[in-house]
Amino acid sequence: MARIIVVTSGKGGVGKTTTSASISTGLAKRGHKTVVIDFDVGLRNLDLIMNCERRVVYDFVNVIQGEATLNQALIRDKRVDTLYILPASQTREKEALTKDGVEKVINELSERFDYIVCDSPAGIEHGALMALYYADEAIVVTNPEVSSVRDSDRILGILQSKSRRAEMGQDPVKEHLLLSRYNPDRVQRGEMLSVADVEEILAIPLLGVIPESQVVLNASNQGLPVILEEDSDAGQAYEDAVARLLGEEREHRFMSSQKKGFFSRMFKGG
Amino acid sequence: MSETAVPGVKQCFQLKSASVSMTSLELYFFDNDEFETTLRDKISQAPGFFKDIPLIISLERYEGLSSELDFFKIIGTCRRHNIHVIGVRGGNDDQRRLARGASLALLPGGNQRDREIDTGPAADTPAAEAPDSPTPAKIINQPVRSGQQVYAPDGDLIVLAPVQAGAEVLAAGNVHVYGPLRGRALAGIHGAEHARVFCQSLEAELVSIAGHYKISEDLQDNGWKTAVQIQLREDLLVVTPLEKA
Repeated sequence: MARIIVVTSGKGGVGKTTTSASISTGLAKRGHKTVVIDFDVGLRNLDLIMNCERRVVYDFVNVIQGEATLNQALIRDKRVDTLYILPASQTREKEALTKDGVEKVINELSERFDYIVCDSPAGIEHGALMALYYADEAIVVTNPEVSSVRDSDRILGILQSKSRRAEMGQDPVKEHLLLSRYNPDRVQRGEMLSVADVEEILAIPLLGVIPESQVVLNASNQGLPVILEEDSDAGQAYEDAVARLLGEEREHRFMSSQKKGFFSRMFKGG
Repeated sequence: MSETAVPGVKQCFQLKSASVSMTSLELYFFDNDEFETTLRDKISQAPGFFKDIPLIISLERYEGLSSELDFFKIIGTCRRHNIHVIGVRGGNDDQRRLARGASLALLPGGNQRDREIDTGPAADTPAAEAPDSPTPAKIINQPVRSGQQVYAPDGDLIVLAPVQAGAEVLAAGNVHVYGPLRGRALAGIHGAEHARVFCQSLEAELVSIAGHYKISEDLQDNGWKTAVQIQLREDLLVVTPLEKA
């Protein structure tokens, strides 16, 4: 059985698709058979970030409605050969994602893959609910600002009450906090919430902190998951996050502007 | 002079939502003579309590025939004893039509268990009823997240985790939050004025006890972000630190 991981946030523009692309690429790079599904029907972006937009023939909705088989719709990544992408439909209504249809596709994928990463649309409407419904784990992407934290809190509540695990009374969805667009300088100036602030409010374990970086934007525009920019701090931060997701212990990095002062600041309680 | 919604036009009244606690009479069957005897008996046990109170007739356990329900007789009998029947709760369509005919208000059926009003040792209570065991508190172990609502309709609510901004916790009795209280907490929602709110860190958007409330802005000056209890004293919410209580 595959582990089903939803990447979600409530708020838009915080880095869900960037995170889905990098986490799924990172998992696949380690040899795990991974598929990443774009649930954002009508506003599909994942194919752009994964640089496969010119190879989309059939999509998720086609498969649900029986117009194509999974094999026809799955796109194999050109860089990492254990990674597949199931693109969203750009033309259909999001209601085309029915609970039964999604379940059928996920069950079928479950037999072939180790990891299923679900890239959720923003909001708490149907598409977002479908993306999280079958999840075993959730990566909640949050920016260090109050509105994003509030929306993440909302989505955590929904994970606890509306996921399949919640409805069936099974163990709750395992929650991970991924703080993205983190800028230690701005935190120091009091313009952003600190990691400690966000952890304190949301009270879920921290999977990683992704520093705000021009590299992320450049990589997106080139259709490259930023985790493949192995020399960049954002790429390494995602690499760490994937390692932690797989149970490895990794020290958190990139949380301070001066790498030297990192420990002194952490232990002063700043 | 207070400002009204439309400048220059002073409205005659304003509608506000209110929640009051009321006595309901749970009717099992209706017989005029027996009704009056029972009523007189109940009143004699606590004459002051029943003087001029509003009363709801609850039909949820009514077992008699609908045709036997004579609301005019019920209202008349009650009025002779200074009790004002104001409406009915529950009941089927026929019964509710009869009630409307008697100019009574129609309330939706409540599925919460009403506490029996103890009018002291009743001499001729037919059978010794089981003592009212205290309603167990509702205990929540997980954070109450933004957009979630937790409701303890009968007793206390105990939350062993944060109540987040945008979340709401409500209880008929006390509300305990053993974590930061960042959302809304409403205690004594059926009108229990003795109910209190306890929290490890007061960061609430709103705190209410028996309908009296304070919003975040008015809570900042006293005990903000500390462990406090909040109680109602002479219609005012009073915040006191827990360690000095």
